[in-house]
Amino acid sequence: MKKQLVFLVVILMAFSSYAQNIEVCNTCEISTLKKAITIAKDFDTIIVKKGTYKEHNIIIDKPLTIIGKNYPVIDGELKGEIITIVSDNVTVDGLFIINVGTSYTEDYAAIRVRRSKHFVIQNLVLEKLFFGIYLEKSSYGKVYHNKIIGDAVEEYNSGNGIQLWYSNHIEIEHNYVEHVRDGIYLEFSDDCLIKNNVSALNLRYGLHFMFSNNDEYCDNTFENNGAGVAVMFSKKIKMTNNTFKENWGTASYGMLLKEINDAEIIGNTFEENTIGINIEGSNRITYKNNNFINNGWAIKVRGACYTNSFIENNFLYNSFDISYNSNVNDNIFDRNYWSNYTGYDLDKDGVGDVPYRPVKLFSYIVNRTPETIILLRSLFIDIIDFSEKVSPVFTPDNLLDNNPLIKKITW
Amino acid sequence: MVSIQNLHKKFGKNEVLSGVDLNINKGGIFAVLGPNGSGKTTLIKCVLGMVIPDKGNIDVLGENIKKGSNYRHKIDYLPQIANFPSNLRVKELIKMIKDLRGNTTIDEQLIDLFKLTPFLDKKLGNLSGGTKQKVNIVLTFMFDSPLVILDEPTSGLDPISLIRLKDLIQAEKAKGKTILITSHIMSFVEEVSDEIVFLLEGKIYFKGSISELKTKTKQPDFEHAIASILTNNHA
Amino acid sequence: MLKILKYSFYDLMRSRWSYVYFAFYLLLGIVLLFLNNDLSKAVITLMNVIIVLVPLIGTIFGVMYYYNSKEFTELLLAQPLKRSSIFLGQYLGVALSLSMSLILGLGIPFVFYGLFKSSAIWDFSLLLITGVFLTLIFTALAFNIALSNENKIKGFGYAILLWLFLAIIYDGIFLMTLIMFEDYPLDKLSLFGTMLNPIDLSRTLILLKLDISALLGYTGAVFKQFFGTNFGLVVSFATLVLWVVLPILRIVFKSKKKDF
Repeated sequence: MKKQLVFLVVILMAFSSYAQNIEVCNTCEISTLKKAITIAKDFDTIIVKKGTYKEHNIIIDKPLTIIGKNYPVIDGELKGEIITIVSDNVTVDGLFIINVGTSYTEDYAAIRVRRSKHFVIQNLVLEKLFFGIYLEKSSYGKVYHNKIIGDAVEEYNSGNGIQLWYSNHIEIEHNYVEHVRDGIYLEFSDDCLIKNNVSALNLRYGLHFMFSNNDEYCDNTFENNGAGVAVMFSKKIKMTNNTFKENWGTASYGMLLKEINDAEIIGNTFEENTIGINIEGSNRITYKNNNFINNGWAIKVRGACYTNSFIENNFLYNSFDISYNSNVNDNIFDRNYWSNYTGYDLDKDGVGDVPYRPVKLFSYIVNRTPETIILLRSLFIDIIDFSEKVSPVFTPDNLLDNNPLIKKITW
Repeated sequence: MVSIQNLHKKFGKNEVLSGVDLNINKGGIFAVLGPNGSGKTTLIKCVLGMVIPDKGNIDVLGENIKKGSNYRHKIDYLPQIANFPSNLRVKELIKMIKDLRGNTTIDEQLIDLFKLTPFLDKKLGNLSGGTKQKVNIVLTFMFDSPLVILDEPTSGLDPISLIRLKDLIQAEKAKGKTILITSHIMSFVEEVSDEIVFLLEGKIYFKGSISELKTKTKQPDFEHAIASILTNNHA
Repeated sequence: MLKILKYSFYDLMRSRWSYVYFAFYLLLGIVLLFLNNDLSKAVITLMNVIIVLVPLIGTIFGVMYYYNSKEFTELLLAQPLKRSSIFLGQYLGVALSLSMSLILGLGIPFVFYGLFKSSAIWDFSLLLITGVFLTLIFTALAFNIALSNENKIKGFGYAILLWLFLAIIYDGIFLMTLIMFEDYPLDKLSLFGTMLNPIDLSRTLILLKLDISALLGYTGAVFKQFFGTNFGLVVSFATLVLWVVLPILRIVFKSKKKDF
């Protein structure tokens, strides 16, 4: 026992005596990051002083901590990738990385992590980039407090802000991403947590999932993107307390669900989007306590969606609450508040006495002939909607909220 | 005063005036007579510019009426049916017409004459037909214009008011004014008018004094004279 | 003209109907705001009311006023006044008193509700502006109908028909046309169709505020330019002005030719 303890102490001392600080500055003996990495030993800390360092293809191949003081600038001069991490246990903190090279054959990133674990990437500012932070077959990492500001104009020649590819157990928190293709993109990446990020003004999606399971995103804001969040071909995604705002345009959604099963969508706010949620081929999803405010379409269902349940949501002043493109329905709507509900509550139990029919005939007509949208809110349309409500022909006749609430729900 | 040349007016297919020529050069009272639909009111309204003639020319006091609306400053007109905005008070109506045409003080004498003082604060909608006609008369005579046109002035008036109206007309004549009257009451016409203008089928059939009319038709009295014109022409 | 306008306005301001109209809007405003307590919902309901009711009241009131004041008009015609100023004065008298009932009736409850502190003030002002435009347009159309029809019953009939056509039937025909020709590019046609009906035009103006998210879901480039920029707002307002000016010109023209 005693022997073992002594051994441990010795090892610790050995480590601490070897782990040392290396300083880098423009006028120092060590004036480049590359050189510092070459001479550093495992678990050393490299401190980069304020200044501009024109470097690219910096490979971090040993467990190091790199800390920038007062945001030193690493300028890649548009020559290619800037930092590549290929070792476990690397921390990169506080750098200002600019001018990533653009290529049509290789995905150059400001900072890439390849086949590594337990990394921390934090407090970086990335500008003039192609891809921002690219995690490739890496896991158990953290991406915190980074600011990524792109200048993407067209989809085909721009990259994503934070991209995950076959990377599991990653935590992405408090990042700010704007003006790139996809703000955050996950492909084949499971068990990740995406929290408290802001993703805005991106060309394609604020957040994008492909073939990724068991992920969770919460408390994020997606504003003014081509579309807020696209969740595709993924299972068991938890989406809670996010805000989806002002995603305007022809193919613009707050959220796009395609081939998604067993997800939870709880406590989100969808405000002023052309389409709040666009759903295709998605089953067994619970929608609860969401606010749909002032959207063109709160929810657009494009077929093959089964056993979804919409419970206790607020539908406020949307041009259309729900739109279906068929007259078959296998989803449940219950105990929602609909601002368009015109029924009454004679027994004063807070539940309307007549069921609410959220799909209007006019939404069916607009699906067929989009130009007819110009007749929205016309008296004639109100009349035909009313007759459809009385005897449904074109819209699913079992699509009813039997317990529409009289007052807006708070939670 | 008034000169009308070759006046034509059609309402649809119905030719109401077909070439009326009329010259009135002196003061006096002229009665425009004729059977129903002979164009009496149309003729008067042409003079007032309310009906626009198809053809022909009208001068009032030397001014062509097509030139504008100012010549109407020289005309006082009493319309056949007087219907005023029912929410206005009598006082306000008088004030309003003064506002539109210019100021005058004659209205006070006329109000006294027709005993209208108690009605001044009443709303026009609440007045009887006779009272309305009195208000109408006040509005007409308060501007002392050289040409006065009266369309059925006697309708709805009580005998006392009728006498006052006749006096008023004579007084206006004495000032040298030209007064045009249409009426169905032959006794009234016979009593007040100096000359008759008889319209028939859109033309002037006769113009002259009552005695000339009697001579022409060889009838002893005025009513029969009129009747004989009508029967002869319709026979 | 201003004198006639003044007296017509006074006359109407004292009539029972102005008060009924005013009271109706006052009540509507109060009920919507204080019983419902939901400003956004109130604005949407108001829009429906304004689009449908304001044209109806404008036409009926316009025709009614014209026929009721016919004898008075004749009295005025014998005065040294220009015809156009008599009719324009009366028209403006009616239109302005109706507009005032609308603005005050809805405005007072909204001001008490705290409109000036609310973000809905622009939506609300837009509603009132379109309401005033609709009043001006439909009163002018009513005067046109009345000027062209001596027969009172006929005049009323045409007025109701006009309203029914523009408020409901037109949209029905419009919808059928769009569906029938759905294989062709329709965005120009649909915008054009909107311009031809002042009710649709006002509705579109309000949609630009209330439902912009839905309108932007449509692909057509012309639509996008129209709804996505201020272009739509400018064109809509210009066309509304045209819709006021043309019937007024016809009032002037028609009244010059008319016999009384």
